[in-house]
Formats: sequence, structure tokens, C-alpha cells
Amino acid sequence: MDQGSAAGTGGTLISLSDSEQRCYSGLYALCQPDSSGKLAAGKVAELFRASQLPAETLHQVTEVCGAKRLGYFGCGQFYGALKLMAAAQAGLPVRLESIAGELPLPVFVGITNELEMRYPNQPLTNESQSHILGSVTGSAPRPPADRPVLRHPDTSMDKQEVWSPPQSPGISPPRSPSAYRSYPYGAQRNGTDTLLVYEAKVPGLPSVPQENSSPSHYSLRLQPEQPVITRVASVERLVERVEVDYSDDPWRITEEQREYYTIQFRSLQPDLSALIMGTVAKNFFTKSKLPILELSHIWELSDVDKDGALTFPEFCTAFHLIVARKNGYPLPETLPATLRPGFVEAAVVTAPPSEKIGSVDLQMTSRQGVTTKQEARDESRKPAEFSPKRIPEPHEKPTQHVSTLKPDSPQELDANMKSRTRPRSYSSTSIDDAMKKVEEPPTPPPRPQKTHSRASSLDLNKLFQQSGQGSRRSQHSLSAKSGWLPPPPALPPRPPATQIFSFIPGSEKSSQKVVQQPNFADFSKFREEQETSVRGGLSTEDLTPPKLDSTVVHQGHAPQKPVRRKIHPESQSATPPSATPYSAATLTKSTQRPPPKQKREIQMAIRKNRETNAVLTRLNSELQQQLKVVHRERVTLESQLELLRPVAST
Amino acid sequence: FLICVAIRANYPLYIRSVPTQGELKFHYTVHTSLDVVEEKISGVGKALADQRELYLGLLYPTEDYKVYGYVTNSKVKFVIVVDSSNTSLRDNEIRSMFRKLHNSFTDVMCNPFYNPGDPIQSKAFDSIVSTMMVQAC
Repeated sequence: MDQGSAAGTGGTLISLSDSEQRCYSGLYALCQPDSSGKLAAGKVAELFRASQLPAETLHQVTEVCGAKRLGYFGCGQFYGALKLMAAAQAGLPVRLESIAGELPLPVFVGITNELEMRYPNQPLTNESQSHILGSVTGSAPRPPADRPVLRHPDTSMDKQEVWSPPQSPGISPPRSPSAYRSYPYGAQRNGTDTLLVYEAKVPGLPSVPQENSSPSHYSLRLQPEQPVITRVASVERLVERVEVDYSDDPWRITEEQREYYTIQFRSLQPDLSALIMGTVAKNFFTKSKLPILELSHIWELSDVDKDGALTFPEFCTAFHLIVARKNGYPLPETLPATLRPGFVEAAVVTAPPSEKIGSVDLQMTSRQGVTTKQEARDESRKPAEFSPKRIPEPHEKPTQHVSTLKPDSPQELDANMKSRTRPRSYSSTSIDDAMKKVEEPPTPPPRPQKTHSRASSLDLNKLFQQSGQGSRRSQHSLSAKSGWLPPPPALPPRPPATQIFSFIPGSEKSSQKVVQQPNFADFSKFREEQETSVRGGLSTEDLTPPKLDSTVVHQGHAPQKPVRRKIHPESQSATPPSATPYSAATLTKSTQRPPPKQKREIQMAIRKNRETNAVLTRLNSELQQQLKVVHRERVTLESQLELLRPVAST
Repeated sequence: FLICVAIRANYPLYIRSVPTQGELKFHYTVHTSLDVVEEKISGVGKALADQRELYLGLLYPTEDYKVYGYVTNSKVKFVIVVDSSNTSLRDNEIRSMFRKLHNSFTDVMCNPFYNPGDPIQSKAFDSIVSTMMVQAC
């Protein structure tokens, strides 16, 4: 089967639109193609007659499309002929050029204009079985009667793939997918029973236009009533079954299909929002026995974000395309609008006008018994009523899709985001990742320039004040935390030698602390907010309970720690506990924060320990610097000694 | 004239030329250019993925071609042969063409149904290359 284009008539390629493809493939099937793809001449002739074109036009059509030359109607010729007939009906001359553009579908009187045209009086050939079934059930006047009939075949032969709704997977017989296109899969249905049944119903319905979709919908409705969901089919069976419900638009996923896809997705990947890896999907889809090239094409179509994995909407799309392909629909070149991941959102907002219009047109022009789930309900399948019904249908359909597909929207969002960013990552929460990525850049902590000496403390204070204000502003947002980290306490500054000495005495601590007091409030706020936003709850740190008890009594203890931290260039001996007497003094300064006190205490303990660590680290670095200096001195002394020794020796 | 080739382990995965006459000559040109590419790969120890250009080194005296080369991290080589009469193509454009080729190629690679080493039959890849070549010509 050509993918997406009619074979050239006389070598020229003619492209078909989706609706045309569907219609034509249905007609093609109707004409009973044999194994090599040739169509039965009798059926073709009937079809042509039904088009109500004058005989010479038909002759022209036959000539132009190349069938006359070949002597038979192959796929390409047939398609060409259909297009030419459409052109002729539209008043255009029967020429190849006239079919180059968009044409309405050809109208065949006496034959359903829908996708599935069924001749009820057809012999019980394989391919026409479903037609018959369809026609019988679809007949408007007897919808109630059809129900039992439908039930009958359903119960009697579960093998009817047409009847098996996607919900009850796994009942269809393994059909040779490539035998026939469109619905009437040529599988050897043990349809004699049903055929007989239908035959009984059929008499006198020679030209009742039916589409099999209506019966299929019937069956769909019935099936739920008799759930046969027990069997879980292989992909192949599934495909056969799921072909139902293509009524309006084979590229639209119906509810049953979506449910089925969901089940299959879950079998591969329990989390609906996660991804199915490429290899997993490959193994799964290979079971459908489609050629690798087609599977490759399907993958290309459905993996919109190009990450080598399938999200749930992508999976549905791929599955749906596989189903369509197995049912004989040629693969489209681009993803149909209804299968795009953004479909749901579009449907939510405004059912995409193009798609709606398209479906409306389809229904108006081609189908009469198009049935969606909703329609299946209303028995009034009178052809006359379809047109008006069609219009509300598209509205309903998208909304229905919307309602059921809403859960997919976050995944689609994911897909969209992914497609935008193309991260080629396999994270299941791309939104989170994106957010994190967004968060990361702002986090570069304001590294204090610890180069300077005492003055640095003031700078740092300023810095902290700014950061404190900033944090205050953003205290209630998580991102605040990431955006405003406190200057990492662990930064071992390399204070100049002078500082080292000043460091050692450490007696200035008190004075410095006092100096820092005005900033305590800021710090406390800053730190506390940091902590609260970070922790968000009681943390189970049992760092130094005793210290905690002694020191962390009030809020505002925190300020001590940051203060000390900032002071690091000046000095401090790492004795957090000694800060406690000062903490009392600073308690009053601390801002009275709403957060619970216990949390505070713990947080303060944490802070304290952190500060202790920081102080110790600093101390370590400073001591090391001292060591270096001392070492240098030693070296110089030794060299001097060396110099002196020879002198002394001599 | 414009030829785009994707080569892996010295046999082409994909060859596309606009126009389609005289392809054999281009095939030969491409093949000989592979040697130059290899030489450049082995020579430079770092920055293998840089877009590199082969300039006019292997031209027939009568005809002028510009042969551009590009190597990905996985040693897949892309070669573009451009007619020298087509002087409108600048270096940046060639680079962007290579970038597009590379992106499309990674898309093809992402497809689990594609086995590395198979000829590239992806329609998406084809379409991208076609549009690119049409733009360039």
C-alpha cells in the first residue's frame, strides 16, 4: 500500500487528503480486491454506475486513470479513478490536472458515502462480511433489532474483530493485516452464523447505505454491556480489535481506544507520567508485525520531542498509528492534528476549527452513520438527521476527549516543554527539571570577598543585609532559598597574615559581637528564613542538644551564628557556646517570628553546628597559613645557618 | 550542485544530491575526501567535533568544488560537496547546514527502530535535507 498517496496514474503522483484516503480505502475494500490488489471488475463497475456519471465520462475516467491500459483496476488506478470521478462530479474535465488539487469526495448514489460502504446483498465473502454486519446493524430503521443481532454475534463469535471494542482486547483472531485495507479484515471469520443472522435481516436492503462504523459502534456499546475484558491480547490482536471506532476520523482516538492504550501503557510502564524507553517500545511495537520501516516512520511521527522515549500521549499516538496501519490506512506524512499531543489542549480551548470543519465536512459529505460513542447511543441513525447532528458532534467529541484526556495534558505539557528544550533526558518530570534548571542559575551564592581584613566584615554585613532583605522579600517562596544562599560558611578565607594574628587572640570576639549586634536582627531573619524555607519542618537533627538547650531558648539565637560567621575574617575562636551570654543580649533584638519555637531551636542548633564547623574550618586554614609562614621562616633561618656555618667552621 | 553525504565507517549511510545528474563523479569526490577527513581526525587530538572544512585540496583543475567535512563525536562523517560556482554559500551557512544535518541525524538515531549502520530511510531526515539543499541552491 502506498503511504499517503495514490499511485501514479500514468506515473504522476497524486496526493490524497486524509479523508480521501479513508473514503477511497473503504471503497477499495468494497470492490473486493483480490490477493494481488486488483479489484473485481464487477464491483468497480457498480461503483462507477453509482456515481451517476454519464457513461462516456466513466470511460474517460477509466482511460485516464490507467486502468484501461492495464486491463484491471489496481490500487493506484482505483484511487485515480475515484479522484477523477470526484472531479467530474464537481464539473471539472476528466484530466489528470484537474485532480491535482483538493476535491470533494466523490458521491456515489446508492452507495453509502461514508467510509465503509456496504452492499448488503453481497455474497458472503470474507471481506464483505463485516460490511454485511455493518450494514445490517447500521440500518437506521432497525437499531433495536440490531442490538440483539449484534449481541448474538458477539456472544456467539467473539472473533468478530469489528465487534470487539477496544475495551475488550484480545478476542480477535489473528488477522493477516495486510490482506485487505480498511475494516473488513479478510480474516476467516467464522461468520457463517452471523452471516446467516444478518442475511435474514438483510433482505430488501439492497442499497441501504450503511457504514460499518455504526454497527461497530453498536457493538461497542454492546460490548461494554457484556464485558469480555478478561483477555489481554497481544498487540496484534489488539490492533485488529481497536480498529473499530474509526468512524469519523481514523486519526482520532476514541475513549475505548484510549483506555486500551492506557492499559497497555501501564503494562509497560506503571507510571502514566513516565516515559517508555525506546527499546521497550520497540519490542512492544515489533509484536505488531509491521515492517520495521513503517514502525520507524510511526516512531518518527509520534515521538514529537525526539527524545528516544515515549510519553503517554506519544505512546497513544504511536499505538493509534499502528492500529490504523494494520487496518489498512496508509501512514500519513505528518502527524494528524488529532493525534498531536497538543490536541487535547486545543480541544479544550477551542476544538481546532480545521479539524472540526474537516470532520464536519466529512460527515456532511461522506458519512451518514458516523458514529461516535455518543451517537451510538442515539438510535436515530437516519441519514437525514446526520448532518445536523454532525455539527454538535465535533463539539462533543472534543469535549469528551478533553474530559478524558485532561490527565494527559500535564504529560503533553511535559512533551511540549521537552520539545522546546530538547533536553534528550529521560527524566519523568521534565517540568521539575526545567524548573530546577531555572533555579540553578540564580543560585550562585554571593561569595564574600574574603580577601580584605576587618573591613571585610563591614562589607559582608552589607552583603548580608542586602541578602537578608532579599530573602525577606522572597521568604515565602521555595525558590528564595535557592536564589539566596547564605555565603557558604565553609569558604576558607585566606586572610592575610595580619588577620591570623588577630585571629589568635580572639579576644575581640566580644567587641565584634557587639559590633555585629545591629546586624543580628537582619541575620536572624535571614538565617531563620533560610532555615525555615529550607527545612519547612522539624528536622530530626540532634546535633548538640545540650548546646541547644542552653543556647537555643529564644529566637534570635540564630543571629549569633551568622554574625560569627561573618566575623570570620576578624577573628573568633571557635567557641560557639561562649556566644551564649551574648545571645541573651541579642535575643531581644531578634525578630519575633511566627514559626514554632521548637523548630527554631532545632534550626538554631543546626546553625550553630554549622557555624562551629565553619569556624573550625577557618581556624584550620588559618593555622595552616601560620604554619606556612613559620615554615618559611624556618627555611630562611636554616639558610642563614648554612651560610654562617662555613664561616664558623673556617 | 550540492551533495550531502553521511558516512559511517567509510561507507555512506545516505547520499543526496541536487541535481541528480553526474552523481558518480560526486561519489568519487566524496570518497576521496574521506581520506582528508581521516587525516584531520587523527591529526587533531582534541576538538574532534569541530566543524572542519576541506578546501579545494582535491579538486580537479577543470572543475571547482568545495568539499566540506564534519565529524561527529561518534565518528560519523558528513560531507558536503558544493559547486564552486555557487559562491553565495558562506562558511556560516555551511556550518549551519552541518548543524542541521547533525540534528536530523541524532533524531534518526533516537528512533529505536533504526539500527546504526543501516542506510537512512527516514522521511523526516529526507525532508530536512531536501529543504536544506533547496535553500542552498
